Amino acid sequence: MGAPVADSDCTLVDLCIAAASQAWRGDGEILASGIGLVPRLAAGLAWRTHSPDLMMTDSESVLVSEPVPVGPRGDYVPKVEGWMPFRRVFDILWAGRRHAMTSPTQIDRFGNINISCIGDPARPKVQLLGARGIPGNTINHPCSFFVPNHSPRSFVERVDMASGVGYDDSRWAKGVRRDFMELRLVVSNLAVMDFNGPSKAMRILSTHPGVTVDVVREQTGFELHVADGAGETPAPTAEQLAIIQQLDPHGERATAVSA
Amino acid sequence: MSTADVIGELRDGMTIGIGGWGARRKPMALVRAIVRSNIKDLTLVSYGGPDVGLLCAAGKVRKLVFGFVSLDVIALEPHFRKARQAGAIEVMELDEGMLQWGLRAAGYRLPFLPIRAGLACDIERLSPTLRTVASPYDDAETLLAMPALNLDAALVHVDHCDERGNAQVLGPDPYFDDLFCAAAAKSYVSCERILPTAAMVERGCVHSLLLDRGQVDGVVEAPFGAHPTSCSPHYGIDGDHLKAYSGSAKDDAAWADYRARFVDVDDAAYVQAAGGASRIAAIAHTIF
Repeated sequence: MGAPVADSDCTLVDLCIAAASQAWRGDGEILASGIGLVPRLAAGLAWRTHSPDLMMTDSESVLVSEPVPVGPRGDYVPKVEGWMPFRRVFDILWAGRRHAMTSPTQIDRFGNINISCIGDPARPKVQLLGARGIPGNTINHPCSFFVPNHSPRSFVERVDMASGVGYDDSRWAKGVRRDFMELRLVVSNLAVMDFNGPSKAMRILSTHPGVTVDVVREQTGFELHVADGAGETPAPTAEQLAIIQQLDPHGERATAVSA
Repeated sequence: MSTADVIGELRDGMTIGIGGWGARRKPMALVRAIVRSNIKDLTLVSYGGPDVGLLCAAGKVRKLVFGFVSLDVIALEPHFRKARQAGAIEVMELDEGMLQWGLRAAGYRLPFLPIRAGLACDIERLSPTLRTVASPYDDAETLLAMPALNLDAALVHVDHCDERGNAQVLGPDPYFDDLFCAAAAKSYVSCERILPTAAMVERGCVHSLLLDRGQVDGVVEAPFGAHPTSCSPHYGIDGDHLKAYSGSAKDDAAWADYRARFVDVDDAAYVQAAGGASRIAAIAHTIF
């Protein structure tokens, strides 16, 4: 890993990608699913730097031997190494051999996320995708989240619908296994957070350059704790930046994060 | 069978499972035929795409059992959103894996299969018919008992069939089409081409033969029958068409116009309206 670059040389999205790539550190030979542009680039960066045993797909149906660059591929042909249709993704995730990063529309202090709908689920004000695989992902294997627009509307006191599980004790019935779940990291456009605050509540690990703890708290709809020794999110190294550029050669990430 | 013959087998109030995934290999020719019919009050089970949206727009849906509805290249399905936001349909929202599990339970003639997905979140709370079960072994773990999703009929679209109903999928993902057929009292399969059995077998490895004839009650030849969804390797998702389709959710006039051009027409006229066979065959595969 090279020396950190000056802040002015790195964009916010590259900072977020580098920070999010840390989520998969130490995961070993499991499926890294980065869903959406920034999570996908982060997973690819994790693989290319600290976690070369990770497995990834072409975001469709095959496993590949190296992360596939996003966007038009030119002469590049994905290096297929295995078959991973959707049914096998269930097999892998129920066995716990996966760590997914997704982008919720809402997230609360205990990590319950919402991608289903805004408003009362009985008659939503805004219908979104539906729960997709979030209930199964979150109860079976490590999950992390990337939120590109940190605000009181995305970081909410209570999600309108809990599409997945979190650390809120009141949602867990007696006898339900909790030991397979782990919500590891939340990266937003303002800060990096985890769930090692009091009672497994969300807390700040670092704030991005130029962002204060107070600003993050103002933009959060619940009481946000701060980890001892929380500092500034490290800028990506020159090596990381070069890899991100290789993984996103057309610069599709330029509009992926709110300033 | 013809498309019309399949519709003749369907009744008001049936539970119908639709194969494919999002905007991929959906039996759209059969779905459009339902829209043109008088059939109503359907319960749909689907990894939803424009199949769900079209049937919602046409007022055919009483209840939807789903994990998501998306056009893939356009994240949110406009007609489904409209129906939901108007409170026009009842829903059972599931985890994607729960839906698979319910189909498997039905196919195996089991009342339920245990699963962890859906516990400790609002999936369980919002569908009060879901029950939990305690493991009868020493662990005594509480599990969700995913009920069988028994279907009256399954509709799927594949590459090739023979006359008796053996079916081939050449694309890289079978999705859950075989499970939909296994869960259904009757399964109807549309295909790009009906081929003699030997000719079909020559076209792909034996793993591509997804459905056996015992699972299939009727075969319909419907070239480009998945359009505007993809049928890999033959054609990709028609993003331009889906954009126009999405625009049809704007108001009643836009929907009436879309319907007149693309739904209230026979299959041959549909292919022409969608730009013709050579245009559809040339639609590139989406890079995800």
